[in-house]
Amino acid sequence: MKKTGPELNTKAATGGAKPSAGPRRRLLAVRAPLPPRASVVAGVLAFVLPLLAWCVVSYVPFVWHPLVHVRDASDANVPGEYSYVAVDQLVELEVFDKRNQELAQAHARPLRGERANPVFLPAPHEVARAFYTAFTTPPLRRGDFWLHESLLQSCQVIFWGFIYAALLGLPLGILCGTFTLFSRLSEPFVDFVRYMPAPVFGALAVAVLGLGNEPKITIIFIGTFFQMVLIVANTTRSVDGALLQAAQTLGANRFQLVKNVVIPAAVPNLYRDMRILLGWAWTYLVVAELIGEKSGISAFLYQEQRYRHFDNVYAGIVMIGLIGLLTDQVLNFVGRFLFPWETGNNTLFRLFNQLKVAFSPRGDAVPEADPINDSQVLERLPIAPITDTPEEEAHVG
Amino acid sequence: MSVEDRLELPSYLHHTEAVSARFAEIRQRPVVMSLSAVSRQFEGSQGPVLALSKVSFDVRKREFISVIGPSGCGKSTLIRIVAGLETCTGGSITVDGREVGEPAADRGMVFQGYTLFPWLNVKSNVMFGLKMKGMPKAKAERTAMEWLDLVGLTKFANHYPAQLSGGMKQRVAIARALANEPRILLMDEPFGALDAQTRSSMQAHLLKIWETVDVTILFITHDLDEAIYLSDRIVVLGAHPGRILEIIDVPVARARHPDQFLSGSFLATKKRLEQLIHHRETSPKHDAGKLAFVAA
Repeated sequence: MKKTGPELNTKAATGGAKPSAGPRRRLLAVRAPLPPRASVVAGVLAFVLPLLAWCVVSYVPFVWHPLVHVRDASDANVPGEYSYVAVDQLVELEVFDKRNQELAQAHARPLRGERANPVFLPAPHEVARAFYTAFTTPPLRRGDFWLHESLLQSCQVIFWGFIYAALLGLPLGILCGTFTLFSRLSEPFVDFVRYMPAPVFGALAVAVLGLGNEPKITIIFIGTFFQMVLIVANTTRSVDGALLQAAQTLGANRFQLVKNVVIPAAVPNLYRDMRILLGWAWTYLVVAELIGEKSGISAFLYQEQRYRHFDNVYAGIVMIGLIGLLTDQVLNFVGRFLFPWETGNNTLFRLFNQLKVAFSPRGDAVPEADPINDSQVLERLPIAPITDTPEEEAHVG
Repeated sequence: MSVEDRLELPSYLHHTEAVSARFAEIRQRPVVMSLSAVSRQFEGSQGPVLALSKVSFDVRKREFISVIGPSGCGKSTLIRIVAGLETCTGGSITVDGREVGEPAADRGMVFQGYTLFPWLNVKSNVMFGLKMKGMPKAKAERTAMEWLDLVGLTKFANHYPAQLSGGMKQRVAIARALANEPRILLMDEPFGALDAQTRSSMQAHLLKIWETVDVTILFITHDLDEAIYLSDRIVVLGAHPGRILEIIDVPVARARHPDQFLSGSFLATKKRLEQLIHHRETSPKHDAGKLAFVAA
């Protein structure tokens, strides 16, 4: 713009107020955030589109449907190569046509049936129903499992495997991240073991610990522990060194440095690490459950697959995903209350303080002194406090 | 630039009676910290590099000493050695006659980058050193509130550092260091990250604190005005290797006031500092002790 008269300026101003790009342009802007509504819609579509594809394949008869579900087998006495075709059978389209030719030659009435998908692709409504019926279907044989039993067993294996890994991995990781000696002593070995896939220890774990949950917990432990040590050590190492130096000049000794600076500084990130590692633990679950005696949700899936209850298989798989997602969301939600200095949410701390006051032995005494009205403080200091500049006040909030 | 535009300045060595009396009084005070021949050598890729060469000076009780010098003169290295965050390769440092090494509470430090603990609220940050000493919680809380009152932040006792402005953060950092009652307070370019306006209010603030509280301050800066405005004495370091060029007894009278920025003694000192640091020599035609003023 060479000329900048007043008219030109107003024009530029109104031009800037209008959205500079059309809505379609904004949807495909390079490395820019989506408009909030579009973002929500896209997130919903991420689930709806696969579901829609599934519905089309399931409910639109001429899409795929390679089999025929025989409703009326006609006369079974008509001889032929395909005389085995019976009611309620799923047969290939070619077989269905050939049998009809045989029947036509014998002047019997033709087969009746409808196009169907293979049994391993149940329709959405069947899987949806299975979410409920899978819980209510009693085990078919002795030694089989209810779904809720299987899920509970899986959760127990995950829980203990992860707890043991965290009980050992967190302290060791923090030590490695703090003291170079521990890092050198353990990390090379941990790094080495980390590359051995956890399942290869399966046979060994069964040999040592026998059948039951112990070898499965061990697999989860091996799968998460070694990763955890390295991740925790790295997170601990990334604590700002300046904070450590400040604490040292304030007289903190080595133990106090770890307890009062390293750990509180690393905790929010460690919490995030644990959430990610818990997700990894779930990926090792299925492998762990298939070693030795099959157990948990994997055993249930295997059992239902044997009975060709594929709707239950899908329900079980989706259930694992839902449990994982739910756990992560709960931990995410809890995290917002745990670290108020990062999120600004100190509801939990206020609640804790109120409880402390309520249960304090003197009952009425409020532990927080009111600093502003504490006249004793003001008397002991000879100078008036220096007030803030208005600019500085403006930063607060 | 003509001679008429020049301001006649006194020599920076000239002290008024009040100033000489003050320096005489300071020299009577006990030595709090003594640096003798402190050297620091780094192992560079092309052989050893001498960062600090035989730096020696004494700091007396309740003195305000600044260390100033061009970048690369090792002033930050020097204060970090005093704090115990780095080691010296030669010489020694004594506080109250005892040689010091590791960082400890007797040498409190305020860093340029605030370094408040983000997970502690303002009050708990100030209580940190007291807690490390094992002071009972109630007493530590009371003490922390007194120091917060001194820096004017009692209203923000329950705020987290992330909710404060830069100047307020640095005031918390000062309160936190002072609450520990260190023998000497080390300040490493504490106002370097602040905007000009906040910086000048922080300087006035620091002077008030220093006048109120029994504390000896070693202050690192690269700002000439700041050094003159705040200090009793200025240690001027030269670069490559870092060494003492001169220790200037600041001839500006106490109590200090921003109006003194344009006083003769202030400008004379500033001119001397510029000569030492920027090698800005006056042309031979003019006498030393004259500062060129270009009319706007």
